[in-house]
Amino acid sequence: MGEPGTKEPLSLEELQAAGSLRTGRKHTLSILVENKSGVLTRIAGLFARRGFNIETLTVGPSDDPDLSRITLTVDGALHPIDQVTKQLHKLINVLKIRDLDPAETVARELALFKVSVDGPQRGEVMQIAEIFRGKIVDVGKRSVVIEITGGAEKIAAFESMVRPFGLIEMMRTGEIAISRGRQET
Amino acid sequence: MRAVDAIMECLKAEGVEVVFGLPGGANLPTYDAFVDADIRHILVRHEAGGGHAAEGYAKATGRVGVAFATSGPGATNLVTPICDAMMDSVPVVFITGQVRTELLGTDGFQEADTIGITMPIVKHSFMIQDPQEIPRAIHEAFHIARTGRPGPTLVDIPQDLSRAEIEYQPVSDVHLPGYQPTVEGNQKQIRQAARALAASQRPILYVGGGVVNSNASAELRELAACDRFPVTATVMALGAFPAPHPQWLGMLGMHGTRAANYAMDEADLICAIGARFDDRVTGKLSEFAPHAKIIHIDIDPAEISKNVPAHIPIVGDAKSVLGKLAVEYRALAADPARLEPWWQRIASWQERYPLRYEESADSEIKPQYMVRALHEATGGQAIITSDVGQHQMWVAQYYDFPEPRRWINSGGLGTMGFGLPAAMGAAVGCPDRLVCCVAGDGSVQMNAQELATCSAEGIPIKVFIMNNGYLGMVRQWQELFWEKRYSAVEMGPYPDFVKLAEAYGATGMRCEDKRTLVDDFKRAIETEGPVVVDVRVSREENTFPMIPAGKAAREMVG
Repeated sequence: MGEPGTKEPLSLEELQAAGSLRTGRKHTLSILVENKSGVLTRIAGLFARRGFNIETLTVGPSDDPDLSRITLTVDGALHPIDQVTKQLHKLINVLKIRDLDPAETVARELALFKVSVDGPQRGEVMQIAEIFRGKIVDVGKRSVVIEITGGAEKIAAFESMVRPFGLIEMMRTGEIAISRGRQET
Repeated sequence: MRAVDAIMECLKAEGVEVVFGLPGGANLPTYDAFVDADIRHILVRHEAGGGHAAEGYAKATGRVGVAFATSGPGATNLVTPICDAMMDSVPVVFITGQVRTELLGTDGFQEADTIGITMPIVKHSFMIQDPQEIPRAIHEAFHIARTGRPGPTLVDIPQDLSRAEIEYQPVSDVHLPGYQPTVEGNQKQIRQAARALAASQRPILYVGGGVVNSNASAELRELAACDRFPVTATVMALGAFPAPHPQWLGMLGMHGTRAANYAMDEADLICAIGARFDDRVTGKLSEFAPHAKIIHIDIDPAEISKNVPAHIPIVGDAKSVLGKLAVEYRALAADPARLEPWWQRIASWQERYPLRYEESADSEIKPQYMVRALHEATGGQAIITSDVGQHQMWVAQYYDFPEPRRWINSGGLGTMGFGLPAAMGAAVGCPDRLVCCVAGDGSVQMNAQELATCSAEGIPIKVFIMNNGYLGMVRQWQELFWEKRYSAVEMGPYPDFVKLAEAYGATGMRCEDKRTLVDDFKRAIETEGPVVVDVRVSREENTFPMIPAGKAAREMVG
């Protein structure tokens, strides 16, 4: 291929088509939006009508009261992430989108587990919770509620450990994520 | 100042000369402000007519169209024009009334969630929550509608807030941190595109509505003149490149010419400019242009690589990018002789497969002939609007448009009933130009009430109804693909369009003989005021050639 500014024509064979590609992995998108009414509806509606499936979604205030932070995860095996982010960028209230690099990101999720415990099992369940650095936030005669914080894998692992005891219910917040190092997400 | 008077000040500051609308309870205060505002208001007979008129105005002039409606049913009647404007990237600002804030969410009389209903089909919308926000919201709505990839914006104003007293300060700056369209294309990418064009043996320029929107027709012609590039265009862009012209292959897509579709199929390089690879253009996507590398120029990055992956993406305004691309291309001094075999191939298709139809031996009016007769009667210089269906495709095929903004139709959404009100809007925007609507006998009835508006306001549109007594395009598909089992396509002899025209205060005429057709059309054009011409055409003529749905371009039939 010729250098910029030369007269050498570019051979067509050298061109690579870009975009519309499936990456095959989970993507965490961190989206900074204006804190205005209807923003979440616009984002959710965009995903719905374009046929993009949201895996998890969290919304909360940021350090600036005029801005909110949305963190959502999307399966890059099913959707062209490039198209998802371009469509999101078209929303006027969306200020910034980052497709977070998993290696450069700290992602956390909070989950609450209500586990059925009878007599001797209680100690066993509490021991498992301790190993996972979980907190017992409620204790009843026949159940405990455990709070676990961590990545999606850790929560899934804990779930598989306590399920045999009798998992009454589980709730998860969905992931929030922040980039490592000094730079803003 | 009342907020509604501030709205009028904002409209004037935006250079608005006309508003199409219809009042109701929730926008009574706004209509009170019209009394002293010195802005022309055109009272339409149905809000959809007003919305399409605003689109027609915008498409013909390149300025922002404005349509008003009240809350509830007024706003929901705007849904079709809003969606139409979204699909075809038409800059229109819609301002709707809303019930009083205390009634919001109570299912009050004439309450509808206008913002929610229209959210998927607007470029952006504003729900007014504080009357002080109104002026800024209006200016932002105009800014967003007009810039970047144009589109519809909506401002929904509760009745009580519109009556409030506000401190009006003229707004001179609009700053939207989340909205910064890229206008200038990346110079390195443009240079790469120029080099790819110079290296190509079988290039084609594929032109879309973005070239019309960015007023880039001159730059397109300049680029095409650099090196005998063959040019084709979508139904949205007819006129951006002059027809006829030695490099013009005709429209591409489902009812495009074989030369254009075959050239796309065999091209080694497609330069798409302001076009979006719609399914009506590509046919079967997996078999679209199998040999081609793609340069894709568009102001909307989300269009690039959406349907067809681009090899050289260029985000930018067509006018700016095409200008630079022509300069870069000329500097390469490519050898034009390399295109000779390509042109021989194209010429062989043009010779073998010209657009053609069987002329009638008697007085019968073939619909294709009707379009040629209109071309002759108008000297090819009219603004033509259309509805959607067979008549639309025949106009696209047979009326050679020499300039952009002369052909106004609903391409993306395919809205029946678009043409008549769009003609009305175009005529208001271009009072010195002849504006004709070619409609179907089915579609014209979907907004025929606007004839009353035309008569009342003295808007002299000429409506030519291609009357075959059928929903013709549906009938054609039933004939070709559903074993001629006609279902719900027969329109019967109603209404009598001549009487209908007269009832609306317009002139009605009927044409049944092709031998006098051109003269009849000239007479209609010379008649003052709005005219409706009921043209009885062959009943079961088909629109050909065509790419059957889901097939590849090389499988054209007819």
